[in-house]
Amino acid sequence: MPKFDWIKKVLVLGSGAIKIGEAAEFDYSGSQCLKALREDGVETVIINPNIATIQTDPRLSGKVYLLPVTPEFVEKVIVKERPDGILLGFGGQTALNCGLELEKKGILQKYNVKVLGTPVKAIEDTGDRERFRQAMEKAGVPFLKSQAATSVKQALDIADQIGYPVMIRVAYTLGGKGAGVARNMKELKEIVTIGIAQSRINQVLVEEYVGHWKEVEYEVVRDYNDNCLTVCNMENFDPMGIHTGDSIVVAPSQTMTNREYHGIRAISINAIRALGIVGECNIQWALHPKSEECRVIEVNSRMSRSSALASKVTGYPLAYIATKLTLGYTLPELINKVTGTTTACFEPALDYITVKIPRWDLQKFRNADRHVGPQMRSVGEVMAIGRCFEEALQKAVRMLDTGKIGLVCNPEDDEPESEESLRDEMAHPTDERLYKIAKTLRIGLSVPEIYRLSGVDPFFLYKIQNIVNMEDKLKTLNLADEDSAEVIREAKRIGFSDEQIAICQKTDEKNIRNYRKVSKILPVVKQIDTLAAEWPAKTNYLYMTYGGDEDDIEFSNTNSKVIVLGAGVFRIGSSVEFDWCGVNTVWALKKNGIKEAIMVNYNPETVSTDYDISDKLYFEELTVERVLDIYDKECPMGVITSVGGQIPNNLSIPLSEAGATILGTSAQDVDLAEDRSKFSTLLDQLGISQPSWSKLQSIEEAKKFAAKIGYPVLVRPSYVLSGSAMRVAYNEVALENFLNLAAKVGRDHPVVISKFITRAKEVEVDGVSDGDNVFIGAIMEHVENAGVHSGDATMTIPPQALKLEVQKDIETATIKIVKALKIHGPYNIQYLVKDDVVNVIECNLRASRSMPFVSKTRGINMIDLATLAMLGKKIDGIKLSPMKVAPHVGVKVPQFSFMRLSGADPVLGVEMLSTGEVACIGANFSDAFSKALQSAEFAIPPKGGSVLISVGGDDKRKARVVPIAKAFEEMCFKIYATGNTSKVLEAHGIQNTVLHKVKDPDVTPNILDYLQEHKIDLVINVPMANRRSNMSDIITDGYAIRRQAVEFNVPVITNLQLAQALVDVMRQKDQNGNSIRSLNEYMDELPWKKW
Amino acid sequence: MVGYPEALTDPSYKGQVLTFTYPMVGNYGVPDKVMDLGLPLYFESDHIQPQGLIIHELCHEPFHWASTRTLDKWLADEGVPGIYGVDTRRLTKKLRTHGVMLGILQAFEENEEPDMAALLNSSKSIVDPNLTDLVKEVSVKKPVTYNVDGKKTAVVIDCGVKFSIIRNLLKRGINVVRVPYDTSADEILSYNPDGIFLSNGPGDPKKCPRTIEAARELSEKKPLMGICLGAQILALALGADTYKLKFGHRAQNQPALDLYNSRCYITTQNHGYAIHMDSLKKTCLEPWFVNPNDKTAEGIRHKTRPVFAVQWHPEASPGPYDTELLFDKFAKTLEVN
Repeated sequence: MPKFDWIKKVLVLGSGAIKIGEAAEFDYSGSQCLKALREDGVETVIINPNIATIQTDPRLSGKVYLLPVTPEFVEKVIVKERPDGILLGFGGQTALNCGLELEKKGILQKYNVKVLGTPVKAIEDTGDRERFRQAMEKAGVPFLKSQAATSVKQALDIADQIGYPVMIRVAYTLGGKGAGVARNMKELKEIVTIGIAQSRINQVLVEEYVGHWKEVEYEVVRDYNDNCLTVCNMENFDPMGIHTGDSIVVAPSQTMTNREYHGIRAISINAIRALGIVGECNIQWALHPKSEECRVIEVNSRMSRSSALASKVTGYPLAYIATKLTLGYTLPELINKVTGTTTACFEPALDYITVKIPRWDLQKFRNADRHVGPQMRSVGEVMAIGRCFEEALQKAVRMLDTGKIGLVCNPEDDEPESEESLRDEMAHPTDERLYKIAKTLRIGLSVPEIYRLSGVDPFFLYKIQNIVNMEDKLKTLNLADEDSAEVIREAKRIGFSDEQIAICQKTDEKNIRNYRKVSKILPVVKQIDTLAAEWPAKTNYLYMTYGGDEDDIEFSNTNSKVIVLGAGVFRIGSSVEFDWCGVNTVWALKKNGIKEAIMVNYNPETVSTDYDISDKLYFEELTVERVLDIYDKECPMGVITSVGGQIPNNLSIPLSEAGATILGTSAQDVDLAEDRSKFSTLLDQLGISQPSWSKLQSIEEAKKFAAKIGYPVLVRPSYVLSGSAMRVAYNEVALENFLNLAAKVGRDHPVVISKFITRAKEVEVDGVSDGDNVFIGAIMEHVENAGVHSGDATMTIPPQALKLEVQKDIETATIKIVKALKIHGPYNIQYLVKDDVVNVIECNLRASRSMPFVSKTRGINMIDLATLAMLGKKIDGIKLSPMKVAPHVGVKVPQFSFMRLSGADPVLGVEMLSTGEVACIGANFSDAFSKALQSAEFAIPPKGGSVLISVGGDDKRKARVVPIAKAFEEMCFKIYATGNTSKVLEAHGIQNTVLHKVKDPDVTPNILDYLQEHKIDLVINVPMANRRSNMSDIITDGYAIRRQAVEFNVPVITNLQLAQALVDVMRQKDQNGNSIRSLNEYMDELPWKKW
Repeated sequence: MVGYPEALTDPSYKGQVLTFTYPMVGNYGVPDKVMDLGLPLYFESDHIQPQGLIIHELCHEPFHWASTRTLDKWLADEGVPGIYGVDTRRLTKKLRTHGVMLGILQAFEENEEPDMAALLNSSKSIVDPNLTDLVKEVSVKKPVTYNVDGKKTAVVIDCGVKFSIIRNLLKRGINVVRVPYDTSADEILSYNPDGIFLSNGPGDPKKCPRTIEAARELSEKKPLMGICLGAQILALALGADTYKLKFGHRAQNQPALDLYNSRCYITTQNHGYAIHMDSLKKTCLEPWFVNPNDKTAEGIRHKTRPVFAVQWHPEASPGPYDTELLFDKFAKTLEVN
């Protein structure tokens, strides 16, 4: 059956900002979907406010709407575009939920928009536990004993029937939000109360607990003709009980027999048929560890994180195929893109193993619990490919970029830890469990005992034992011995890096590399071809391994070859925006006639690791060792390290030292910008101001310096490997507390202390230079005062409150710095503006987080320009002052995931906490900002709503909120306030009601009740500035208010400037109908557009 | 990726050295001989069938509740040599290019230096197992009866039958008489069967003239189903031809497309020979399934009689169960006829 011919125009819903549980994988699925549609001549429209995605590039989609994925906005787009069909399965749970609402409200019917692929009924069947249970029962698929509850009382009754412990799940949430194990009535009450509030349909599920069963997943595909296949199965290293998004996952499964594998495969197909899914779905199973008994856990009736992973695991383009199926094609009609000749109706055969490990950033969040469990809290993931588990595992550990050089040989491995503590870690895992397993084996606990405690299958534990044993062997090995090469060969086979071996041998990594080259211990390049070499395949999807003795490919002699280093793992501070930069670089290289654009990246969530982006894709580590391995094989004209964020940027200097050619700004100049002392001297020479700073090696020195420049000071310990861990200290006590907590100040671990300028504006520029011409893409103004991390700040292009002279000063300073650093490529400079004086705070000689925002808002693809510059060409064709204003405004707003991080304090500071961002364009600031806020799931309170105001500090400080409160009063808001804030408001003539603090739950009226009962639409809670540095005072009233507001899904604002901006938006809401215009329309209006 | 106990006991691999593309083998050990319907649950015959095994990585510490020994121990117990540490992807590519090849797998004592020249020399005189009577080696010597007190009885002509085929019949309440591959049609009919089953088996179908002869007569009298070698034998019996494939189909992920309703199934395949599509034209058979990749015949059926056969393994084991429905179809034919 070919494509339905009535489908001419299709609307695709995106997933919005990156958040925990919904990350960049939906950029991958949406982008493939758009490509598949266009290939069939279908006109495409996408709605997604995530400006940093590839899918929101006008080259990929006919029309791009940077708008909230909500029924209100989607309806407006439908009215304007009148599509024939809509796809709900490519934008995560956000798109699915929005689609369900559109259907429920009759909007789709009204405009005759058909849901393509999986019908709405099937989506509902999978989303509603009770309906799901019934559907599975009918299909003869074993499911968990469970029942839905809409009240605590009902939940208690069900738990009694099933027997404790029970699992509580919340209907219609992302990433398992709100889920938990209740071992008794007390725990059940707590979890259920919150769960019911969070659920879109106020429903929780109480179910049979299957902790420590094996957890496996199948990716199942079905067409309109009922053909079904499973593209891949995956097995979790962590047993049931830990959310699959927070589990280490291997694919294919390793410990299942033929009967288990195919038994579950067969009932997976029964399940997809029973539900009537068309396209793709992911099915999760629990498999009993001592029998063939199994239970279906969940069906995701859409592309999911796991299906993106499966796509990268197998090379099978799941999202592309799923799209084709929704258009009416059947599986046997479609072609396997990898072979180009065989049918897509087959199941990929793998001849390698992949290991996925999640990346957490829990240490960044004050108060956040570090245990992993049924609620997903990781912010990124990596996937490693190898020919044995040990190899893939150790590669994956390095890919996480948390400072670990492998599973073993890390300095912290030797820190003593009691058996008791390790046993507890085994039974109650945290984000550190994997490393703790190795440690537990080291202290002599047996594999069966660790299995008993952790539920991790001994198959995996024995492999970890192999790695531990090899470390011992390497420590005593004499490299001069005749048979040492065999040991090294085996070490390499099981994933040891040269650095690990060097540490065991107390030598330098370079010596090991030389030893290997002499002994001919070299990795080989293997292809991922979907059929285990059984058919000839023309695939560009590659990995390296020591488990083989022949390269699959021949290397061309062309010098027209460039390696682009991708962004690596996503974490807070580095996300999809760097993938956008990487992919655009590859496209720009192709545009400039480069024969082979080679991508190196290992992030399965990305578009850059897609099969048809680059000429060659090395799904590999971004380490000096591995990049040099690739360099040695490929002999390219050079490597681009400046478009993937900090990971590749850090490789610039060592790669250059090892003899690799770095394209763009030279490694020496990168060093000049990154070494604080050198950069500071340069600024002094150029006559550009900067806040006073110093690098210090003892707490005493630090205190002395801070006293000299005056508090507050910004403290940045340089030993911290992941996350910047910056703090602002407002007094000596706070400084000392923080440094003591950091504990490692010393010669090797100095801290940088700089003057923290309060109440200053923060401004950034993004630009490109070719060495002669300096191009400034845009000047971005932060809405919040300096002190909020630039990644968490709200930004606007063009600036709204920055004098033209100041902008001119910024332009002049930028040109001076760029020329002095001889930048050839992208750059980003951050400024502080206080009393109209411009200070430089940071300069990055790489593409920045805001590159896609600047590019799309200004209509100039900055990566195109940067690539030209890096190839040694000139960018003099483009002359545009950043002061030349476009007829529209772009506003970028952060997206937080505090609700998914139990305990985390949602207050903003110098350390970045947002997981993603959105940006919208509008006729003016308010128009854009209002759309952006709604895109970031911020519910703008309705007129005549209610606001709770609580401001820390003395009365003078509290008084700063008065104009904001007044504005709310004018908008007929009911104003609540905490005791002292209330008095200050009253003194300024603002009527308000006092609400009592969370810590006194029995005193009414209480904040907790009001939040719980949704009597408050907005919380403005501005903490005392110095609170954040006072680590001992954890449970403050402010924290309790903020956290409770997060739990009950009430928007919280913790910053006065942001509150003011919100008030302005609300005031103008009536004048500003939210404009519905596509990015294409905005861009086409710009006479200088270059895209 | 899964199914090494099943694959290693599949009589179709008789006389061959087997290699797996999946690099890690033996992960879940080897299960005990648990019996189900009078047949071992995890094995396809009573012992390891291939002459040797080549893999990339051997699991030394397997773990599974059903496992009682390691793969290594099992091979040693049965005296079958195996080698690990080989780049099996490289080997696979070689086999892909040159087709199935003859080879030597020889075990050496520790410190013994292999004489490569002598080995290479002796490789020239390896007897091609396909030229020997492999089917004879794997077939039962005397009839065996499996009785489930069913209403119907099928005779399975054993050319190297997998236990799962018999189990699939027993599961459907069909009694089975398993007879040697060279049993005559008359003798088979003397069991008064309701249907005939032509099993899978190793090697070239043309090496089984007596089975072909019997199949010709039986297909005119009784409902008949064939699998793999059985399909080729049926084709030859009714006047079609077979040939050796350049790239044999050997995997658990092969598609088979039903030409009459465009349904496509994922199947386990293990065949180096195939039925000539064109040769069917002049016979009473018609093509039923094809492999959408190379368009070779995967299934045939009689134009008028309840007689059909497929090239793949609907009994799976190892592999997907998607086409077990063919056994349902066979069982139904027995009911009707």
